[in-house]
Amino acid sequence: MKFTLSWLKDHLETDASVQQIVDAMTMAGLEVEHVIDPAARLAPFTVAKIASAARHPDADRLQVCQVETVDGVKEIVCGAPNARAGLTTIYAPIGAYVPGLGVTLVEKPVRGVVSNGMLCSAAELEAAEESDGIMELPDALAVGTPAVEALGLEAVIDFEVTPNRPDWLGVAGIARDLAAAGLGKLKTGAVAAVPGKFPCPIRVEVDGEACPVFAGRLIRGVRNGPSPQWLQDRLRAIGLRPINTLVDITNLISYDRCRPLHVYDAALLVGDVISARLGRGPLEQSGDQPSPAPHRDEQLIALDGKTYDLGPEMCVIADANGERPIGLGGVMGGESTGCSETTTDVFVESAWFDPIRTAQTGRATGITSDAQYRFARGVDPGFVVDGLELATALILELCGGEPSQVVVAGQAPAAPAAFAFDPAYVKALAGLDIPTGKTIAILEALGFAVAGAEPSLAVTPPSWRRDVDGKADLVEEVARIAGYDALPSTPLPETPRAVGGVLTARQSRARTGRRYLAANGYAEAVTWSFTSRDTARLFGGGAEALVLANPIAAELDCMRPSILPNLVEAAARNARRGFADAALFEIGPVFAGDAPQDQKLVIAALLAPHAPRDWGKHSDGDLFTLKGDLLGLLEELGAPVGSLQTAQGSASPWFHPGRSARLQLGPKAVLAEFGELHPAVLKALDAAGPMLAFEVFVEAIPEPKKKAVKTRGALDLSPLMPLNRDFAFLIAADRPAADLVKAVAGADKALIAAARVFDVYQGVGVPEGQKSLAIEVTVQPREKTLADAEIEALSARVVAAAEKVGAKLRA
Amino acid sequence: MTDLTQLQADLTGQIAAAPDAAALEAIRVAALGKAGSVSALLKTLGSMSPEERKEQGPRINALRDAVAAAIAERKAALESAELDARLARETLDLTLPAPPRRKGSVHPTMQTMDEMVAIFAEMGFAVAEGPDIEDDFHNFTALNFPPKHPAREMHDTFFFNEGPDGERKLLRTHTSPVQVRAMRVGNTTPPAPWIAAGQEPPIRIVVPGRTYRMDSDATHTPMFHQIEGLVIDKGIHMGHLKWTLETFIARFFETDAVTTRFRPHHFPFTEPSAEMDVGCDRSGGEVRIGTGEDWLEILGCGMVHPNVLRHCGIDPDVYQGFAFGMGVDRLGTLKYGMPDLRDMFASDTRWLAHYGFSAFQAPNPVSGLS
Repeated sequence: MKFTLSWLKDHLETDASVQQIVDAMTMAGLEVEHVIDPAARLAPFTVAKIASAARHPDADRLQVCQVETVDGVKEIVCGAPNARAGLTTIYAPIGAYVPGLGVTLVEKPVRGVVSNGMLCSAAELEAAEESDGIMELPDALAVGTPAVEALGLEAVIDFEVTPNRPDWLGVAGIARDLAAAGLGKLKTGAVAAVPGKFPCPIRVEVDGEACPVFAGRLIRGVRNGPSPQWLQDRLRAIGLRPINTLVDITNLISYDRCRPLHVYDAALLVGDVISARLGRGPLEQSGDQPSPAPHRDEQLIALDGKTYDLGPEMCVIADANGERPIGLGGVMGGESTGCSETTTDVFVESAWFDPIRTAQTGRATGITSDAQYRFARGVDPGFVVDGLELATALILELCGGEPSQVVVAGQAPAAPAAFAFDPAYVKALAGLDIPTGKTIAILEALGFAVAGAEPSLAVTPPSWRRDVDGKADLVEEVARIAGYDALPSTPLPETPRAVGGVLTARQSRARTGRRYLAANGYAEAVTWSFTSRDTARLFGGGAEALVLANPIAAELDCMRPSILPNLVEAAARNARRGFADAALFEIGPVFAGDAPQDQKLVIAALLAPHAPRDWGKHSDGDLFTLKGDLLGLLEELGAPVGSLQTAQGSASPWFHPGRSARLQLGPKAVLAEFGELHPAVLKALDAAGPMLAFEVFVEAIPEPKKKAVKTRGALDLSPLMPLNRDFAFLIAADRPAADLVKAVAGADKALIAAARVFDVYQGVGVPEGQKSLAIEVTVQPREKTLADAEIEALSARVVAAAEKVGAKLRA
Repeated sequence: MTDLTQLQADLTGQIAAAPDAAALEAIRVAALGKAGSVSALLKTLGSMSPEERKEQGPRINALRDAVAAAIAERKAALESAELDARLARETLDLTLPAPPRRKGSVHPTMQTMDEMVAIFAEMGFAVAEGPDIEDDFHNFTALNFPPKHPAREMHDTFFFNEGPDGERKLLRTHTSPVQVRAMRVGNTTPPAPWIAAGQEPPIRIVVPGRTYRMDSDATHTPMFHQIEGLVIDKGIHMGHLKWTLETFIARFFETDAVTTRFRPHHFPFTEPSAEMDVGCDRSGGEVRIGTGEDWLEILGCGMVHPNVLRHCGIDPDVYQGFAFGMGVDRLGTLKYGMPDLRDMFASDTRWLAHYGFSAFQAPNPVSGLS
């Protein structure tokens, strides 16, 4: 919403500066977005008079002028045809920035004659859109008068109107709040009724559902044409285009009082009834049905020249006994009955259109007019006839004519009802100490009627404050006018704190995972919760319920079923920039459905194993590094790592089938999947492989047991030295090593503390289809040192156990 | 006599000239071994007369001791030389690089979130969570957004297609739906254990999480992070809100110099409502907090609207309280100086390395936040 200081002063008696007004607005909740101040922009420009003008010696279309300026007499070259001796115009000195040209003036000769400045047109000062010569100003203006003053330009204040305050969409409403805030005296006068001279020959009728109240009157014998300069200036200053007097008057009142009006050329009306009713088009299809083909049941060519389909949710204004649409109520009038310079009889409409219906019509048609904006937010239902009288008076003043009596159909919505208010609630809710007298004074200044006595005042909101319906609203009114600066700063009362910290196990695990992976060389990324539906399908997602109806971009139209595609794409983007060695992780949600419980927390990591070559051949990029990182992570998260099964080849299909596995506590408790990503999936994502990744499903990790005490179990150390024995076994190449390790470790559970593969070999000396696994077995005697015979017996048990899984001791 | 002197001179000469441990051992055997020259002299002592033995004994023993000492000395010298030679052979070029190590990092938004949670935890707030895919009731209706109200349009909501039951789910536009879940008296068994359950007042929670709006430019991204705060108790008023946020902002920006200002604003779910600005300096193209004459809006807040309390089954005549919400990414960019919010979610490894945090910089009240 834009307005100027002079316009505000029509309603507010004040000496406040623009800055004081801006500050007061901000602190009263009218958030100023910016102030367009031509005074700053046009500071270098001043009034000057051309003393003489002579033709340029070398150019027919240029004149060399001697100009009286604020800087003394200057010789200035000017190309404008209207430059002539005696003309009062605007001068820009060397060094001035000319906003309309976007250049800063420098001293340079024009065809051999040095120009010591510039004479300006209105367009060059951005005071008009175009101009065909330098400015021609009244001779009475003294040389050196600032251009801003000479042109009557003033600051424009632009602020954000919150949706609860449509009354701020009128300058009078702004003035009321500023007056309440102590910035001046409200001087908006009461509206006087203009008596009708004859009965209105046009009847109005409403379908109350479509339009609650519709008022109007005919004014005949008007002279329409360009509006007076003051009216044009006022509209232009806030960015509106003057059209003709009748239309300009409706725009003025729309911005002055937040009271949109419409004017019809009565000569173009068919019949003698104007009705407001619902549209006759078919119900719009909703949901994922294809949108209906344009229908021709009922259409309107609006004032913007476009044709609109009229639906049954819209309020249509019609003449010809309700048959011909001539407007969309509260949104835009029709082309057929618009006022032009030839209009002599005008029908003025002042109606109240329902906010929700108007908002929907705006959305359905895509029209966002000043009227639609105001009606959608809710204009004052108590000002329908007043608005009409105000318009009548201005039309009679500017266009002449003779008014009919007012006709009204329907009834305005009921005024807000009084409710009880204890002024002590201001202290209770806001913490502010405000005397009751001041509370009442603030409310009354804002238009509220206050009756009764403490502790139960009866407060009636004004008709334009339909947002106020409870005592908390009144506290806000009092607090914001008294000023939030006065709010006390009161420490929160102490509360008992949770002894074990505030985070749940799940929240702690996310934190631990984050710090663990960052410490182990992974960079944390945060990627979108959405991906493309095609990509989602590659990762087992893409269900209809997870597809967005209005995505920000086509490739972000579906909730992600996995974090991996996002990390793959991130790694691929980095590779395309020349950084192929990404190691990324993300901790965030994935979505298996649209119900709350379908959202799962996942810790995902990805390794693009393109580490820099190293002189020492240290390997850092392989799948077993990733597996180590994953197991370390799971251990930090409190997963029972020792009990985890590695289910080779049963990971999801977006992994390489031979190079992936699940870590699980049984098939229904999958804690993680890891492996190399499937080359076909990478290709579909336009990513160069290989890429290695894991996903940890945090909720699948068993909750840690809540223990009453934090003491640990006793440490059981053997006094005897452990000893190591190495075995090499031959086993089928496709048999998982874990089977053999498990068998070996189980050969003597009392003595064998650990069994670990330390070498895998296939090749010369190993039969085709077999592999050699070298296993180090750690034997921990518990009671006595083992004799050679006992160790040999143990070795025999190990070999026997290995044979049970098909392994043979390598000779 | 001369024999002994000569023998000692010969032996010590051989010992000194022994080139290695093996040669030295051969000399030792030849002198001190069972059949060695010195051993043979020692054996002659048995056949001597007492007088002769008294004279020769000390001399022969001295010879033996001197030879043994010379051998030990030479042995030590040879070993030392051998070690020196081995060490020289073992020299490594330590100017060669260490094996490459990837440097991991924590994302600045997550670091910021951890900082915020740490501050609020100190102030007695617990952490509550809720789903990203919400329904109209939790995101709007229960928060006092009237149906079809223009305030809903201002939220630029992402919607899903209408389901078979006619319900249209949405992506939460703020973390406030979790307020509703935490306050709803009947909500004793949430859909999943991690989702906030309804609790009786007093309530003091923060809600960090992902939020979504259809917006994309240098200061808006379609997904962003918010942290929401909610305090419900008897006698909580705007003064408590002001203190909480002033205290938070000073601790977050880690300076007492930061100034704040509360301005009236409008949110459907709070009454009275406010926005908080921090003092800043915009000269020089970037925003600096804690200095300057300018103001920057950083969060919205207010007293929980009585209608919201009623929707949740809490009597607004008994309990009242405040709520606030702020953009985590945005506050992170203000504190740590990232110029463009969109970079936060672009996963450029160079950006992550530059703006990320070490794993060991976990915010805590002992070592400070950052």
